[in-house]
Amino acid sequence: MAFFVPTEAEHVAPAEVADVELYHPKSWWTRYIFCQDAKVIAIQYAITAGAIGLVALVLSWLMRLQLGFPDSFSFIDPGDYLQFITMHGMIMVIYLLTALFLGGFGNYLIPLMVGARDMVFPYVNMLSYWVYLLAVLVLVASFFVPGGPTGAGWTLYPPQAILSGTPGAEWGIILMLVSLALFIVGFTMGGLNYVVTVLQARTRGMTLLRMPLTVWGIFVATILALLAFPALFVGAVMMLLDRILETSFFMPAIVEMGEQLNYAGGNPLLFQHLFWFFGHPEVYIVALPGFGIVSDLISTHARRNIFGYRMMVWAIVAIGALSFLVWAHHMYVSGMNPWFGFFFATTTLVIAVPTAIKVYNWVLTLWRGDIHLTLPMLFAIAFIVTFVNGGITGLFLGNPVVDVPLSDTMFVVAHFHMVMGVAPILVIFGAIYHWYPLVTGRMLNETLGKFHFWVTFLGAYLIYFPMHYLGFLGVPRRYFEMGETDFIPQSAQTLNEFITVVALIVGFAQLVFLFNLVWSAYKGRVSGRNPWRATTLEWQTPDFPPRHGNWGPTQPVVYRWAYDYSVPGADQDFLPQNLAPDQVTADNRHKDLPDGAVQPAE
Amino acid sequence: MPTVKLGLIVFLAVVTVVFSLLVAAYTHRMTLADWRPLPEPWLLWPNTAILILSSVGLQWARVAANRGRIDGVRVGLLAGGGFAFAFLAGQLLAWQQLAALGYFAATNPANAFFYLITALHGLHLLGGLVAWGRTTAKMWRGSEVAELRLSVELCAVYWHFLLLVWLVLFGLLLFT
Repeated sequence: MAFFVPTEAEHVAPAEVADVELYHPKSWWTRYIFCQDAKVIAIQYAITAGAIGLVALVLSWLMRLQLGFPDSFSFIDPGDYLQFITMHGMIMVIYLLTALFLGGFGNYLIPLMVGARDMVFPYVNMLSYWVYLLAVLVLVASFFVPGGPTGAGWTLYPPQAILSGTPGAEWGIILMLVSLALFIVGFTMGGLNYVVTVLQARTRGMTLLRMPLTVWGIFVATILALLAFPALFVGAVMMLLDRILETSFFMPAIVEMGEQLNYAGGNPLLFQHLFWFFGHPEVYIVALPGFGIVSDLISTHARRNIFGYRMMVWAIVAIGALSFLVWAHHMYVSGMNPWFGFFFATTTLVIAVPTAIKVYNWVLTLWRGDIHLTLPMLFAIAFIVTFVNGGITGLFLGNPVVDVPLSDTMFVVAHFHMVMGVAPILVIFGAIYHWYPLVTGRMLNETLGKFHFWVTFLGAYLIYFPMHYLGFLGVPRRYFEMGETDFIPQSAQTLNEFITVVALIVGFAQLVFLFNLVWSAYKGRVSGRNPWRATTLEWQTPDFPPRHGNWGPTQPVVYRWAYDYSVPGADQDFLPQNLAPDQVTADNRHKDLPDGAVQPAE
Repeated sequence: MPTVKLGLIVFLAVVTVVFSLLVAAYTHRMTLADWRPLPEPWLLWPNTAILILSSVGLQWARVAANRGRIDGVRVGLLAGGGFAFAFLAGQLLAWQQLAALGYFAATNPANAFFYLITALHGLHLLGGLVAWGRTTAKMWRGSEVAELRLSVELCAVYWHFLLLVWLVLFGLLLFT
């Protein structure tokens, strides 16, 4: 028989993981509000991140309205526009993507996927969410203080970030920096949980190299975040002191409105280094969980084992390590020694190697797979295409000679939206369509989902492809309006109108998605256990959807990796990770498999 | 390895990054023209000695806990915590001395870094004192030595780490 049946002794590590002492909620408050169950915390994270993300979405509409139809909206002045830009960027990158991938998916999936009952420090995990919520509230508060939120751009470069010419220099910037510091404190609490849970709470048989790539992606991204966020923390604290105590960490001697300020001698470039030492790994903090999730979606929905699993793991680790060596490619126009430019350009291009390995492996997984064009699969394929598109313009921009003329143009905007805006969001959508039944026990509506997918996917291309062209024309980013410009043809304005119309339509499709989320929770088709016939542990819980403690009386034992799809000799096309070797074939398969987990033999 | 201990080690890695970046920023900023080295208050010397004693106290408690001697744990914990509070008071006093001499945070980047570094280090010690307080309270309620052993050990590790951080920072302040 072609099928290799491992013996239990070979494939299950002998060490028994100590059962954690479970926390038991005693009241409604501790069950739903101050809850220590990672699954509830995940939902809290996801809802908060989604809500603040909606704010950022509305801000992007306002910006697009202004860009598409200048002079038509009297309630948007140049200062407002800068504030919209700043808050849109910061919210999307940090408060939505980072929080949703790590706080949301990380909390929900890590314990379930590694077979743990919960995170290892549930109380700290709960605190993490509440500190995050506080950070979000401080951020939101900046919309209501005198002067409004900061308009310094999401990079918050000093000196302009704290000079009075920038909107929100009174309170907005202070609240922004405080909010960031809080976010980092909250994230660190959560991050400790994710890392230590993966390292210490895996169930029996779950070796590191049997973990689903989703867990690998989130795990490495968390390590990156734990090492990168301190740079933003230090930068934020120092800038806060510059703003409040008038120290001169970053502030050079400067004259503002004809008046010499109390600052002297500081170096704004120091902030840029700190910011991008965080900022570049941040790209991979939102990309690596996406890589991991997409690997699992593709494998499950193509009924095929992931191609080159070990290579995929090492690629994730390599990308994570390299991401700390490329930060200054964001600073080519800030001025640097050409040798440094050479160094950072080289490291930037080198990162393409492990990334390309991942892309090839995804495509090779699909090759001759039994591809089901389910919604998660559609979004996963859309992600691959989009990530390649955005990534390739990244290689292009990684070269100083190309970057310098294109710096601060719409080309850059198009590039980073494709690679770290659209691509991760597509993964998030795919992941939500995939795991929604696990959370609610119901499927999301397919028709609404297809509508949502096609409008979002095609719409994103209609928005961002023309934007590359605008960048080539020389249309600058962050500008309220183009005004009288010789080198930019009138047609650029027409293109801007087009982009705005599409952006509004794509935005509308997201409202359809939100409606689907709420409607399907009550009226959606009941999914039944393991609707995608997936191998990973989160679908194999005794209760469906999983309940507090995840595993009932005994934790699962893992006998295999996460990708046993279409195994020759086995009579179902997927073998759950906790399926014992003696239950694999028809002769000795027992009837005590989880209900519905068995696919009829073909 | 106990899960909490691994958690602490990961946390220490994060704190190490924070202070390393601070040191990197410091060494860069001091090369700029307006840097005027700050005369370190002599008080930092006794403060350093006190912090060492604090670490010794917690190590004492750790060893006693390993040998199962509750009286030793009690003495060590109280001494360690007491010296830690004394250190923090001493640092505040050093701030006061500096301010009295006119070395405010905004007058020179060297001063600003001094206040920032000592404040961040002090805050970390304050956080450690929360864990110390919980351990001490547990001891007061009459816990067995075996139940205290891990908490005491983690406090000691954290204290030694903060002592090491302080020695590096103090050295940096002294020699630049």
